[in-house]
Amino acid sequence: MFSRAYRAAVTVPPLTWVAVFLLLPYLLLFCYSFWSVSSAQVIVHSWTLDNYRELLRVNVYLQTLFRSMGIAARVTVFSLLLGYPLAYYLSFHAGPRKDLLYQLVIIPLWVSYLVRAYAWKTILGSDGVLNTLLQYVHLTQHPLDFLLYSPFAVVLTLTHIYTPFAFLPIYASLEHVPRNLVEASQDLGASPLQTFWRVIFPLSIPGVLAGATFAFVLSLGDFLAPLLLGGPSGIMISNIVVSLFGAAYNWPLGAAISLCMMLLVLALLFLTESLEKKWSFR
Amino acid sequence: MATVSQNATPRSSVPGNEAPLLSVRNVAKSFGKNPVLRDISLEIAEGEFLTILGESGSGKTTLLRIIAGFENATSGEIWMEGQRLDNQPPYRRRVNTVFQHYALFPHLTVQENVGYGLRVAKVPKDEIATRVEQALAMVKMAAFAASKPAKISGGQQQRIALARALVNRPRLLLLDEPLSALDANLRRQMQVELKSLQREVGISFVFVTHDQEEAMVMSDRIALLRTGELEQIASPREIYSRPATAYAAQFIGHTNLLRGDVRSGVARCHSLDWPVNSPDGPVLFSLRPENIRIVDVAVGSSGVNVVRFRGHIRQRAFHGSTELLQIECEDGLKLSVRTATRDKWQGDLELEFTPEDAVPVRESAERI
Repeated sequence: MFSRAYRAAVTVPPLTWVAVFLLLPYLLLFCYSFWSVSSAQVIVHSWTLDNYRELLRVNVYLQTLFRSMGIAARVTVFSLLLGYPLAYYLSFHAGPRKDLLYQLVIIPLWVSYLVRAYAWKTILGSDGVLNTLLQYVHLTQHPLDFLLYSPFAVVLTLTHIYTPFAFLPIYASLEHVPRNLVEASQDLGASPLQTFWRVIFPLSIPGVLAGATFAFVLSLGDFLAPLLLGGPSGIMISNIVVSLFGAAYNWPLGAAISLCMMLLVLALLFLTESLEKKWSFR
Repeated sequence: MATVSQNATPRSSVPGNEAPLLSVRNVAKSFGKNPVLRDISLEIAEGEFLTILGESGSGKTTLLRIIAGFENATSGEIWMEGQRLDNQPPYRRRVNTVFQHYALFPHLTVQENVGYGLRVAKVPKDEIATRVEQALAMVKMAAFAASKPAKISGGQQQRIALARALVNRPRLLLLDEPLSALDANLRRQMQVELKSLQREVGISFVFVTHDQEEAMVMSDRIALLRTGELEQIASPREIYSRPATAYAAQFIGHTNLLRGDVRSGVARCHSLDWPVNSPDGPVLFSLRPENIRIVDVAVGSSGVNVVRFRGHIRQRAFHGSTELLQIECEDGLKLSVRTATRDKWQGDLELEFTPEDAVPVRESAERI
């Protein structure tokens, strides 16, 4: 059908791209994680498991990893709690306003991540909008300092940024719930609340799983929000990786942590995918 | 002597004197400026099988959805057993629906689907189990209790949808073209099953269809809808033999419409005339093809009070046991005549009909 030259012309460039910019870096990362750094700050190309031992031995790495997972979990929960009702309202009750509201949910994605993170900085800072307002109405005497440079600020910012990512798959799955099933449920005597819990919610579970995966994976690997708003107590695992690759000049340890993170995320993706399959009926 | 009944009014009442189970009173519905139903009134008796028959766009499904509670009527009321029904949400109405595409819950098994209504009504677990079992046995689907709906065929899903509705023992069952997705043979089989099931459970059925044959086979009464208005409501026999309007006569079965003129008790159409009971003026008559007989000249006429005329065969259409002949009369009038296939008529014929069989019908106003 197609000539050899044509087939080569369409397959070689993308394969080369994947090999050079995806497989090769992964391979390098993998190799680096088994190398080490000498006292003279030179990378020694001999195989060792030291980096992985270090990872388990020094408390701060695992602690930060767990804290990152905790933050990501909270972001996931809040994104779902915000995204689900919004998606439900849009899909079932917004009527003719649906398209407009949908655009309004999407618009923040057009604004740079950095701008949104800085916006929270000006809102939450000690001279920020929120503290000024709280003092103006005499709810507090002094600026609340836990608002900025804290895990709270990180969770808030990440929730704001990733809620649309949770919203979109949930909305898509709710749009796919056949409306005659909702009518059938009511017809059989189920109140609106019973209909929601027995029909609509179970059928939207694949969307919830996809949304949760987005929110969790994206916020777990985030490093800008903790960098800008996290302060010392809001440090996340990616910040450690960044500093290991940068100032600390310990690429092997950084590579080992990255690899562990990647395995973690991959395991999570497989898990949610199999759960999604179990809950889809089309 | 020819007796001609008065045209049956569309609001003919329920047979018998007991209070109706459901009454639809002057219901109208518009979507925006577009009227879908106009001033519909009808009553459904206890245990009755009523079919709402109409073409697509006649408003039949809308009427059903208003009874079920999925649409609000723009005006009018619906009463059930002495209570207003139309201001109740669908989940408080003792009415269940079999949906056109079954609407089985894909995430629940067959038995969970059937038990759904009982579960949301918080019926005790063991009672649910027995009633679901009985309902599945009734539709001969007990073997599929643990299957998911996606694993069973359309006809089987149909039975489950029926069991899921009937298990709640509704006062009234609504069926929205439930057989339209089935192939012809299964469809005929289900018509018979559905009818005998309805007799067995004694629940009133309101059955929506566009298929006049299906309506004739199954119903106690047929309500014929046309572009949102009730043309006629009567038993299949009545609606067939005494159609109220030209539309009813043509939609249900095949007919000849004869445009005649009545003058002092005699109707005249082309060169034919016969005695009638109608007031003077132009009248439209419906004459069924099977009511025109071909006279075997050797045997002679079958009666005295008959209209006799001559014609010849222009076309013939074979229908199995019967044949539909297109006859052109000597005066140019064209008529369809149904004969038994075994009578092999040819060429010029002598024909006759009894005056009572020419039923005066109202002209249906032409609507789009």
